Amino acid sequence: MELISAKNLYKEYKLGEVSQRALDDLNFKIEPASFLSFVGPSGSGKTTLLNLIGCLDVPSGGSLTVAGADVLKLDRKERAAFRGRHMGFIFQDFNLIPVLTVYENIEYPLILVQNVPSEERRRRVLSLLESVGMMAHKGKYPDQISGGQKQRVAIARALVTAPELVLADEPTANLDSKTAYMIIDLMKAMKEKSGTAFIFSTHDQKIVGAADIIYSLEDGKIVGRKEMKKHGSI
Amino acid sequence: MAAFNLLKIALRNLLRYRRRTLFTSSLIIIGVVFVLVFVAVTGSIKGLLIGQITDSMLGHIQIHKKGYVASIDNLPLTVMMGPKAVETVENVIKTIPGIEAYSPRIKFGGLFSNYRETTNIRLNGVIPEKELDTVPLLPGRIIAGKWDLAKGNVLIPELLAKGMDVNAGDSIVIIATNKDGSVNGKQFTVSGILESVTGPGGRDGYIHIDDAAEILRMEEVEISEIALRLRDIEMMPGVHDALTEALSEERNKAGKPMFEVHTWEKLSPFYNIARMIDIMTFFIKIMLIAMVLISIMNVMIMAVYERMREIGTISAIGTMPGRILSMFVLEGLSIGVLGALAGNILGCAIIYILNLSHITFNFGRQTGLVLAPRVQGEDLLIITVIVLAVSAVASLQPAFKASRMEPIEALRHV
Repeated sequence: MELISAKNLYKEYKLGEVSQRALDDLNFKIEPASFLSFVGPSGSGKTTLLNLIGCLDVPSGGSLTVAGADVLKLDRKERAAFRGRHMGFIFQDFNLIPVLTVYENIEYPLILVQNVPSEERRRRVLSLLESVGMMAHKGKYPDQISGGQKQRVAIARALVTAPELVLADEPTANLDSKTAYMIIDLMKAMKEKSGTAFIFSTHDQKIVGAADIIYSLEDGKIVGRKEMKKHGSI
Repeated sequence: MAAFNLLKIALRNLLRYRRRTLFTSSLIIIGVVFVLVFVAVTGSIKGLLIGQITDSMLGHIQIHKKGYVASIDNLPLTVMMGPKAVETVENVIKTIPGIEAYSPRIKFGGLFSNYRETTNIRLNGVIPEKELDTVPLLPGRIIAGKWDLAKGNVLIPELLAKGMDVNAGDSIVIIATNKDGSVNGKQFTVSGILESVTGPGGRDGYIHIDDAAEILRMEEVEISEIALRLRDIEMMPGVHDALTEALSEERNKAGKPMFEVHTWEKLSPFYNIARMIDIMTFFIKIMLIAMVLISIMNVMIMAVYERMREIGTISAIGTMPGRILSMFVLEGLSIGVLGALAGNILGCAIIYILNLSHITFNFGRQTGLVLAPRVQGEDLLIITVIVLAVSAVASLQPAFKASRMEPIEALRHV
């Protein structure tokens, strides 16, 4: 069964009396454990689509099923609970909580979103710290580590709840090329290890190549789908 | 565990904006200190003044025959308690705990003559030992002569002594009309001169109860009032109610209540001054509430505005709105706790220093009353509860706004 299914999906924004379609008649299916990228120029609708898949925003019409749930039928609270159970997020600006240490940032969703017992929390956080190579920095605060390290922590935080899906909107936009490749490599490695689907948006053509499936967007429409048959790092 | 982590995040955010936290808590601390010191100082002044009124003149509670207080200015001799009524009251007094002493008094108006001039005087016929037990500060009001109410002696008020040019040791005559209308007089020696005290009776003179009965030609002693002293003034409402209830069973021939019971508050206009102090304290507390409300609401609105993206992030990763609300309420509440705690400690320290300073003040003719500000546990508790409750309320609006924020909008915030 597919992880995400969209049928005639569209999103409209009202600008005064005028309606503007940011996404128009999208149809696609995404399998579990995919490593997929939405690419396209600025304004093509990548972020809007990720917001809809991530239940951060509500479609204007069509249907969208994520992890078996019809997201149009979820209210505000149900969407929050759904995100906490099924999804992880990686942001362009890392968005770590500045008053929490690296360890605590990763632990946060387990305490305040999923109420996981302390022993299990500790096991999961330490395992992820090890996997993303941040064990040595676990006691540091976000302002004491580099951008690349922050994004590693964000990846660990996104994966700590063992979600079915991680959404990353331009995860490498604020990183230099070398770090960006390392982050994409890490995301791919984590996908292989955890079986979690990763969907990311980017406009960086060098990064795009890392994805197994690439959807190209233009003016809110899917204009292409490409399956890459690559293995290993980019 | 979640609550502990919410608190941890709240406290760390307060430390993150140290200067702002310090400024806001300082405002609360100043407010708490101000209220505490005000309550303690005015409480001390009020206590001293009430003590002067009750312990040197009125007693804490007075019992009269029904209808006496309505015409108390006339000192009516027709509304008195006979021996049987007095015995009834005494029996009731013995059954109620908390009454330390009582003093029966005959109160009447008369003429005061120094053989050259004559003027009016209000007199209290008392049993000296019982009066002393009931109003122990009375001898302290003697500014000339001594406390000696043996038969044939009179204590006269200072204003009368000055006006009539009478000194301790002088001989005077008191003339009074009894309830049947016949006039009688008796010669007295002025044993002492009393300084006045605020309130009615501040110009009263004192004689022995037997002398009062003799002047008024009473065949059997009739009493105008019985003044009571309690072990603790805080017991006054309870004792008043118990006395009222017990004495309400006593009825006259017409089936109406025989007695009336009043606390000093109902008998002295000074009570209005005491009430004014309470009202001022109330308004000072309102100011504290406003101070805390504005400070905390202001700081929390700023916190929500500044941390919009953070709110978007935690909301996006699935934090429920209730937890986001709790996080901000806890933050506001923590400032309140800090302010209340530090304010209470600082306030108590200032009150302690005031006590060490032995500040004195005057009340009427009473000079050198030592200010002894005292803070009650109850005051600390009330002020703390006010600060905490207002902190929580002030945080609610910004916290609610944070919890209702759409993650997508919050994440877009720059």
